[in-house]
Amino acid sequence: MTYFPEEVVEHIFDFLATHRDRNTVSTVCKTWYRVERLSRRSVFVGNCYAVHPERVVARFPGLRSLTVKGKPHFADFNLIPHDWGGFSLPWIETAARGCPGLEELRLKRMVVSDESLELLARSFPNFKVLVLISCEGFSTDGLAAIATYCRVLRELDLQENEVEDRGPQWLSCFPDSCTSLVSLNFACLKGEVNAGSLERLVARCPNLRTLRLSRAVSIDTLSKILARAPHLVDLGTGSFTIDHRAEAYHKVMNNFIKCKSLRSLSGFWDAAPRCLPAVYPICGNLTGLNLSYAPAIQCADLIKLIHRCSKLQRLWILDCIGDKGLAVVANTCKELQELRVFPSDFYGGGIAAVTEEGLVAVSSGCPKLSSLLYFCNQMTNAALITVAKNCPHFTRFRLCILDPKKPDPVTNQPLDEGFGAIVQSCKDLRRLSLSGLLTDRVFLYIGMYAERLEMLSIAFAGDSDKGMVYVLNGCKNLRKLEIRDSPFGDAALLEDVGKYETMRSLWMSSCDVTLGGCKTLAAKMPGLNVEVINERDESDEMEESPSDLGRVEKMYVYRTVAGPRNDAPDFVWTL
Amino acid sequence: MEGGGSYGSDLDNLKATELRLGLPGTDEPKKLPSMLPRSSKWAILEATKRSSSEIKSVEKDQKPAAKAQIVGWPPIRSYRKNSYQAMKMEAETTGMYVKVSMDGAPYLRKIDLKVYKGYKELREALEDMFKCFSLGEISRMDESNVYEYAITYEDKDGDWMLVGDVPWEMFLSSCKRMRIMKGSEAKGLGSIP
Repeated sequence: MTYFPEEVVEHIFDFLATHRDRNTVSTVCKTWYRVERLSRRSVFVGNCYAVHPERVVARFPGLRSLTVKGKPHFADFNLIPHDWGGFSLPWIETAARGCPGLEELRLKRMVVSDESLELLARSFPNFKVLVLISCEGFSTDGLAAIATYCRVLRELDLQENEVEDRGPQWLSCFPDSCTSLVSLNFACLKGEVNAGSLERLVARCPNLRTLRLSRAVSIDTLSKILARAPHLVDLGTGSFTIDHRAEAYHKVMNNFIKCKSLRSLSGFWDAAPRCLPAVYPICGNLTGLNLSYAPAIQCADLIKLIHRCSKLQRLWILDCIGDKGLAVVANTCKELQELRVFPSDFYGGGIAAVTEEGLVAVSSGCPKLSSLLYFCNQMTNAALITVAKNCPHFTRFRLCILDPKKPDPVTNQPLDEGFGAIVQSCKDLRRLSLSGLLTDRVFLYIGMYAERLEMLSIAFAGDSDKGMVYVLNGCKNLRKLEIRDSPFGDAALLEDVGKYETMRSLWMSSCDVTLGGCKTLAAKMPGLNVEVINERDESDEMEESPSDLGRVEKMYVYRTVAGPRNDAPDFVWTL
Repeated sequence: MEGGGSYGSDLDNLKATELRLGLPGTDEPKKLPSMLPRSSKWAILEATKRSSSEIKSVEKDQKPAAKAQIVGWPPIRSYRKNSYQAMKMEAETTGMYVKVSMDGAPYLRKIDLKVYKGYKELREALEDMFKCFSLGEISRMDESNVYEYAITYEDKDGDWMLVGDVPWEMFLSSCKRMRIMKGSEAKGLGSIP
């Protein structure tokens, strides 16, 4: 292929859809490397500390779309201290200098300051898409800067961020000339919203297709917005609480009827059962429904709603739907691909909201089910075996039994056989989260069968180092391994140190790994950063230097070409 | 190791309720010394932590509060957890249902005061609610410019007060029930804002 002119090679590369493929072709020869890097428009950085931003920008000067992820996944559950790192500013600064043509930035689990948002807004004249997921560190002032300076903004998507509220004026910062918005999601904002500004913004953006409103937006405003934007495809309803005035209710329903393109609904923050019938007219068109933030709606009303949603592909719901409600889902939603059932009562022991029965019902009624997140009070091996048989297409299977280490309640056995059946049957399984009582045996099964597995989450599981070793030896495609509260120690950690260079990262907390073990790993593998995270109480006395025999509370290991990071706080030691 | 047998036996239950420092489920008395000093947050959490299977074996219907809370468990994003907790707290303080009677109406109604932002909305809602009884409009005045009906409420002291005098929040906290009074009784109460 070196006989082809470079433009032809570049054109051929255009057909490569995935990052992985493009990364691969760049290693073939120098010419391909050069052609690939100059024509690369989109880069995905799975770990912000794996590479220096300067290197990315230098290699890909034509970069238009950048995605960067920061903190490890367990940061979502407060296992990583607040100021561990993951700062977006260096990335934005470097991009501002090196690729001013940047159009899209997607950040996940990173610290984003108002300063960095303002720099972003001012540095890229063609900036179109900003997506922030589970980020923190910014306020509505930062959003004001984005609104003010990004003249051709198409997408502003804020998903589950902690945003400090500094007032509603940010929404008014979109200039009258801004008519390019296609997607606006500010559902996670907690503060007041200027209804007038919002309505005017919606009215002047004819291409708006996704709009997710925050809780502060009243149903009256929603009604007016629906009237102005009947072409919406994806709607987050805002507060959705109706008072007793009948005409407001009918107005909203009439406006919903006009939205023939609506395919996805979410929000319903304050929805009471009496409000739901307003959306009945469009239920038949819905492919996505998220009621996981509507705790006031109980099983009976959920069932009435779901009965009408025969085209549903994605359903996020609270466990108050119960096994009975899930049976209705199974009978109605034959196209279902993704199901997430969240717990409404975290500490369990209360009413058994969903059990293995609900999951079995859905698996038998919805053969296309491929992605599952299921919080339940109990699970049996028999149920998991049935689910595995019914749904061999799972790519993501995350089961969380609220009671850690709970066995099969019928047989009192560990759940090894059940999960074993899942990994054996679901050949395309890429992501797996385990829970319940589990011995080393489940890891033997995972190592044997889960060939495509890329991400594995383990909590309170296993008996010995053997468990972890089975996984490291068996799962050839493993990229991310995160373990907490499991009896894996140095022997497992050091069994195959080369493995970690084939993976993005390894997290271990409250396991049996010692400081000495971590030091050994760091010494053997200079291409890895071995971070040991030690939190301290202020009340602690000064302590002697910790012994190598001491257990490490939290360890984060990741491959990197950037060396040890220079922004680590005191409590993070890179060995 | 494939330990099916030992779970649920009485001896284990006894051993299981023993309070020890250490991770749930670990049997060995020999533990590697933790790097953190005893007074650290994590050690304290461990000391009070018990595996839930131990709790379960004690009493089936013991209250959920007995279950220890483990850091970062269940694995739910903090954003979602915080939202639920905020909603729960609001739900506990929400729902101010008060009875509303109207002179001449055959039965009473109940309304949730928290749903309304102020007096105007409240009056409109009451209007709406009671118009089916064809008793006349609450907001209508007769020739002498006095309201035909007066909306009154019983406060914490048992006194009947005219709705609208005090700030809305104060009204919310003191209103026990409401009564829409006919003009003849209400005469002399003056005009309602």
